[in-house]
Amino acid sequence: MKLPRLFLLRGRFWAGFLPWAWLLLFFTLPFALIVDVSLSSPELSVPPYVSPLSLGPDGQLHWSPDATPYRRLRDELGALAQPGADRPYLAAWGNSLGLAALTTAVCLVIGYPFAYQIARSAEVSRQTLLMLVMLPFWTSFLLRVYAWMSLLDSSEVGLINQALLAAGWIEEPLPLLYNSGAVLVGMVYSYLPFMVLPLYAHLVKLDNRLLEAARDLGARPAVIFLSITLPLSWRGIVAGSMMVFIPAVGEFVIPDLLGGGDVMMIGRRIWDDFGPNQDWPMAAAVAVVMVLLLIGPIMLLRRHGRAAPGSLR
Amino acid sequence: MEDRGDAQGDYLRIEGASKRFGETLAVASVTLAVREREIFALLGASGCGKSTLLRLVAGLETPTTGRIVLDGEDLSALPPHRRPTNMMFQSYALFPHLTVAANVAFGLRQIRPHMAPKQIAERVDEMLDLVQMQAYAGRRPHELSGGQQQRVALARSLARHPKLLLLDEPLSALDKKIRQRTQLELVRLIQRVGVTCILVTHDQEEAMTMAGRIGVMSPKGELLQVGTPDEVYEQPACRYTAQFIGETNLLGGRVTGGRLRCDDLPEPLALAEAGRPADGSEAWLSVRPERVRLSRTPVDKADNQAPGTVDNIAYLGSHSDYHVRLAGGRTMIASVPCARWGEDTAPVRGDAVWLSWAAPDGVVLTR
Ligand SMILES: Nc1ncnc2c1ncn2[C@@H]1O[C@H](COP(=O)(O)OP(=O)(O)OP(=O)(O)O)[C@@H](O)[C@H]1O
Ligand SMILES: [Mg+2]
Repeated sequence: MKLPRLFLLRGRFWAGFLPWAWLLLFFTLPFALIVDVSLSSPELSVPPYVSPLSLGPDGQLHWSPDATPYRRLRDELGALAQPGADRPYLAAWGNSLGLAALTTAVCLVIGYPFAYQIARSAEVSRQTLLMLVMLPFWTSFLLRVYAWMSLLDSSEVGLINQALLAAGWIEEPLPLLYNSGAVLVGMVYSYLPFMVLPLYAHLVKLDNRLLEAARDLGARPAVIFLSITLPLSWRGIVAGSMMVFIPAVGEFVIPDLLGGGDVMMIGRRIWDDFGPNQDWPMAAAVAVVMVLLLIGPIMLLRRHGRAAPGSLR
Repeated sequence: MEDRGDAQGDYLRIEGASKRFGETLAVASVTLAVREREIFALLGASGCGKSTLLRLVAGLETPTTGRIVLDGEDLSALPPHRRPTNMMFQSYALFPHLTVAANVAFGLRQIRPHMAPKQIAERVDEMLDLVQMQAYAGRRPHELSGGQQQRVALARSLARHPKLLLLDEPLSALDKKIRQRTQLELVRLIQRVGVTCILVTHDQEEAMTMAGRIGVMSPKGELLQVGTPDEVYEQPACRYTAQFIGETNLLGGRVTGGRLRCDDLPEPLALAEAGRPADGSEAWLSVRPERVRLSRTPVDKADNQAPGTVDNIAYLGSHSDYHVRLAGGRTMIASVPCARWGEDTAPVRGDAVWLSWAAPDGVVLTR
């Protein structure tokens, strides 16, 4: 009698423990390390920094943080009012937020009808359609970005340009690659499935009888969409937007490969500081601030998602 | 209750309406007239096409053939949101993200030209008052009990003052006790509002309690018979109706010399004179259990009489159902009031008894 019960308790203990262990091991600890790096001073060595935590000769732990990176970020913030001041980090942060917001908005506008159609289609075809949405994940992400590069190429070898030239619609190849339009196309393409899947998950639960009831009560299709479908899929919208927005902020491969190089992204900034600039504390400080700034909106969205009109358990 | 459904003329006419879903014919050429202010029940087994017929009237399905005319207006061309009908759904379909008041107001907000907000609020109050749910105006549907949800759904479907109220199994989600009480409440309320109403149910007691007239549907989606509750019970038009509504003893045979000859009974059965089929035709005699007399000895002057043994007794409080096995192997049911035996001891299993009934107590059926 006693043994299985103990076993059961243990099983439950491990099941509850595992997510926390995971979070500790792969988020909290690395994050603490990054915080440590961000407070250290740069040094020409390997690794190129000296931790603020050191064991003195007296056997005591010494804590001598160097907050220079944070001071730089604060100064940039302070210079916000001055026009023309150099604010590399803030500018990159703004660019990234802007691109992420735009990507999220476009993904939502395209992804919603997408998810809606899949959710409303016959049960047998749903699985196939979902598979098609996920199909691009079967090939490497980088490969897909390179595919876009050859599609959009601005010379006459670009596939789209080739087609347009062959059709006689244009005389000169269009400058399709290395601009913000190309970046947006690449971002939306890459992140669309992350919008479609959570939206689908919520829309598929939408009870068709509610839509029929609304129709029966005199509502036109547009009214039904705005007053029933949209509020009842609100949590899906919030979830999908978070899934797109958060990783999109840190994205730098797509802007790097498809963009003109004139728009600096925060991800690129961090990359440069860790790499060529060998300024690990600065890079770490930016990363820390980014995490803290993203946690804020997540909490807000979560709270909002819960209090939203469609919130049903 | 004689004021149920005695208004003049046909208010709603369903003319040869059919609905086919691929291979299945859910509604098979139904023609039906409903009078103004009548409560009409569509009664049939699960899956017989009742909901589909109701949805045809509401416009949620388009008929394969036939048309529907309400108050002189052909509804066929109207989409559901333009029809002067409102439906209460089998599962209520209350909007989960809206409060009770907003649910009731939903239909009112769609009316063009727009109703003034004050007017809407007044009508919502009036409707919630009608179903006694004023105290819950601010709640969400999931904060209500099943019975309360049902009342909100009713208020919502009445708010637009529909010409025709469609109720799809309005009480099926309630438990039996509440259901019985709610049936009469619902009837009173519908009569107070004075709306014409089609009610769909698979529960014959519910149909008989609530409706002025009943339409019985076959499992194949045909309308078999329309009549008042006592008509469909006392004069079933066919075997299906006789068996579906209440219990009955069905004896099949061939008419010979004005009597019904059944293979397993020694004597041919006497039939009532009215409506007796011609000699040689196949026919069935339906005798309700309460029309069958059970006695320990043969009865003088009984039109039909047969000996048998008590096989089983179902004691039901007010009466008992005696399952009696006749000599030929057939079992008939006789329903006997428990008070009937008085001082005598009631027959028990294995006792030899006689069953008898008068010819007019049987209904002769030819289909
Ligand atoms: N949208 C549909 N597509 C295909 N078949 C359908 C559809 N709706 C109903 N049917 C079929 O039509 C028949 C009648 O269905 P309906 O819902 O009208 O039955 P019902 O009498 O209301 O049954 P219940 O008492 O169980 O609600 C059933 O065989 C059902 O499978
Ligand atoms: Mg039904």
